[in-house]
Amino acid sequence: MNKPENARVRTIDKVKASLEKRYAKERRFRRLGLGAVLLGLSFVLVLFMDITSKGYTAFVQTHIELEVFFDPALIDPDGTRDMDVIARADFRKIARQPLREKFPEVTGRRDKRALDSILSTGAPYQLLEMVRADPDLIGTRQMVELIADDDIDMLVKGYIDRNAAAEDRRVNDSTIAWIERLDSDGLISLNFNTRFFTNGDSREPELAGIGGAAAGSFYTLLVTLALSFPIGVAAALYLEEFAPKNRWTDLIEVNINNLAAVPSIVFGLLGLAMFINLFGLPRSAPLVGGLVLTLMTLPTIIIAGRAALKSVPPSIREAALGVGASKMQTVFQHVVPLAMPGMLTGTIIGMAQALGETAPLLMIGMVAFIVDVPGGPLDPSTVLPVQVYLWADSPERAFVERTSAAIMVLLAFLIAMNTFAVVMRRRFERRW
Amino acid sequence: MQLSILILVLLGAMALAFHFGRRRSLGTVGGASGIRNLHSLPAYYGFYTALWAGLPALLVVGLWVSFEGSLINSMVIGSLPAEMRNLPPAQLGLLINDISNLANGNIVSGEITAAMQGAADHMNELRTVGKVAMAAVALSVALGAGSLAWLAVAPKMRARNRVEWIINSLLVASSLIAILTTVGIVLSVVFESFRFFQKIPLTDFLFGLEWSPQTALRADQVGASGAFGAVPLFAGTLLISLIALLVAVPIGLMSAIYLSDYAGPRLRSYAKPILEVLAGVPTVVYGFFAALTLAPAIRGAGEAVGLTVSSESALAAGLVMGIMIIPFVSSLSDDVINAVPQSLRDAAYALGATRSETIRQVILPAALPGIMGGILLAASRAIGETMIVVMAAGLSANLTANPLDSVTTVTVQIVTLLVGDQEFDSAKTLAAFALGLLLFTVTLGLNIVALHIVRKYREQYE
Repeated sequence: MNKPENARVRTIDKVKASLEKRYAKERRFRRLGLGAVLLGLSFVLVLFMDITSKGYTAFVQTHIELEVFFDPALIDPDGTRDMDVIARADFRKIARQPLREKFPEVTGRRDKRALDSILSTGAPYQLLEMVRADPDLIGTRQMVELIADDDIDMLVKGYIDRNAAAEDRRVNDSTIAWIERLDSDGLISLNFNTRFFTNGDSREPELAGIGGAAAGSFYTLLVTLALSFPIGVAAALYLEEFAPKNRWTDLIEVNINNLAAVPSIVFGLLGLAMFINLFGLPRSAPLVGGLVLTLMTLPTIIIAGRAALKSVPPSIREAALGVGASKMQTVFQHVVPLAMPGMLTGTIIGMAQALGETAPLLMIGMVAFIVDVPGGPLDPSTVLPVQVYLWADSPERAFVERTSAAIMVLLAFLIAMNTFAVVMRRRFERRW
Repeated sequence: MQLSILILVLLGAMALAFHFGRRRSLGTVGGASGIRNLHSLPAYYGFYTALWAGLPALLVVGLWVSFEGSLINSMVIGSLPAEMRNLPPAQLGLLINDISNLANGNIVSGEITAAMQGAADHMNELRTVGKVAMAAVALSVALGAGSLAWLAVAPKMRARNRVEWIINSLLVASSLIAILTTVGIVLSVVFESFRFFQKIPLTDFLFGLEWSPQTALRADQVGASGAFGAVPLFAGTLLISLIALLVAVPIGLMSAIYLSDYAGPRLRSYAKPILEVLAGVPTVVYGFFAALTLAPAIRGAGEAVGLTVSSESALAAGLVMGIMIIPFVSSLSDDVINAVPQSLRDAAYALGATRSETIRQVILPAALPGIMGGILLAASRAIGETMIVVMAAGLSANLTANPLDSVTTVTVQIVTLLVGDQEFDSAKTLAAFALGLLLFTVTLGLNIVALHIVRKYREQYE
């Protein structure tokens, strides 16, 4: 019964029917692609939002404003103003006194200890530093903003749920009551956290800072830059301008491409076996870190340098050779200045990579707990990303926000370096 | 004399040598008027003298600094009393460490004996002598070589050619550093791995199914037999890398296709650099994100539907690693897709194919080898990635294919074995180097194959 109808179906109808399907498929494919791009972009967004939302509070620190009596009997009983005597004075007692005066109803050893622990263990040092800077404070009463303990900091910033069961939170009921009273008196303030930028590492979150790690990163990058830029540029120059095309230079080239893809941790093994065990260089030193990172960033710089040299047109070289310059003069006086912006861009990108690198530095012992800010490339130190790794392992809640804040600082440096590289490329790039 | 001061002094000496060399070259021809009698420009005579004054001395300083530490240690060991000198190497190493700590005025682990104090004083003495001797040798080398070069300055001397020869050798030396690095990597991992395989047979390492690197400190210790089978580590590495590739390949490839064939120039100019940001974020940041945000979220979600999820699941590490390599896949695919000649596209469009049909049936098959190469490179990167797995994956070597379980990887084990105190003759420490060798071999193999494929593919369309 269906033969006549079937025979009458025209090709164009078939095509139209299939066209519908094909267009639907096309739309699906297109949406899939858009979805992938949006997914990728949302990953960037989620990553940055997550870090920022966790970390922004670390840039302020809870302080408690109290009237401190710089008791001469405790600080400097003989009135000599001798700094050695003052440094040995019992500032812990001085720092505790104002809170005890504030809450005279607190008796009993345990309660007193709880009251004392509202202030950071760094508060006595804070007072010591004040007296060091100005000995005339001794004997006076001053309103001082003392650093609060990290648990109090978390409480004030709202990370500890005040309504949770008492045994589930790190701060007990009486402490919360004290804090609420201090707060209603307007004595609790959130100030900009300069210590976070100047201090070295510490076991106490409220005293821990990225100053030491930032200095370590600085020295490490200094060593890396001082070695990798000249060596990288020289190698790029040789391979691009002077090297004969033979099996030997092919080998170097393949080698460089492969080195760029060797896992970073293997470079760490090299650093451990060669620089530390064989040459006996000090562990944990930015010098060794810089050496390892130099070897890691060299491929990047060489590849970028060669690309920059390639982009200089041959006419420049021919003109220089034509007026009698030697090959070396041509390269150094004409080609290199023109290729320099490209090479510098590559170097900055390599430095940004080196700044974010962690794994090889773990191998050469830059993971130690170091409180002092390093003063040179031979002092033991750590670097920013390793500091992030160390803090991420710490159990205290307050270290989470500090880790995120350290990441924000690290990312800010990286973004600044990369932006600088991009701007420089835009500004100096010449097209022939 | 401080090392940095010495180097600054040497640089100053180079500047002086430049000045004197240049002046002498002019002097030999009677001032600026006779300059045409010089073979080279006066500055080249200056460079010649400066290079001779500086380079040998800097070389001496470099060698001295590299070998001073181990030389002083062996001299101190030589001066120790016989019963201390004959200690086993591990204890001797500790002793030397203590002595050098003592010499630096740091805290020492054990009690200080008179012999140790004497050795520390001896070490300090040697160090002082060494520093003075280094400065003296370096400065006299600089002075000697510099003045010889200065005396050699003459109108007939081919200063430019000589300077250029020196510079050329420096350039060659710089480019050889790449080779030396590879040789250094191979030597350092092979040498230590060789010592490892003397203790543990190679077959046990490659095919053993159990990994527990605790070696017994005492012979009668229980439960510390030490098993060095790398199979669970590789299984864990492959599991995490596979998850990463399952995330990165579809997203990276599709976004490369969309951005190159569909997106308008505005979206492209914004989206591409933003996606590239993912490649620039330090891996430790991803590790933090995986360990503190994603892993708890996955665990919560899993428990909500009644699954037991380990808090260090392979899934969290793999997903985040996948996010990290998205830009890697997408930029490599982008290169490859753009390398497909326009004529193939035009032909497909002329036959009436839609865009997606062109992409799926013409461009992707043509670009497949290149894309495979890119995926292999991404895989090698995932296998070698360290920080994400150190922070988000576990330590227990489970042989499992369940992504919700905790697994460990080769890189995690290298880090755990080598961070902290270590003695350099235990199988535990050496195992890290054997793992490093394995890792290096595997990634090198992947890279060579991938680069070969990509290169061959490029040539095909050029």
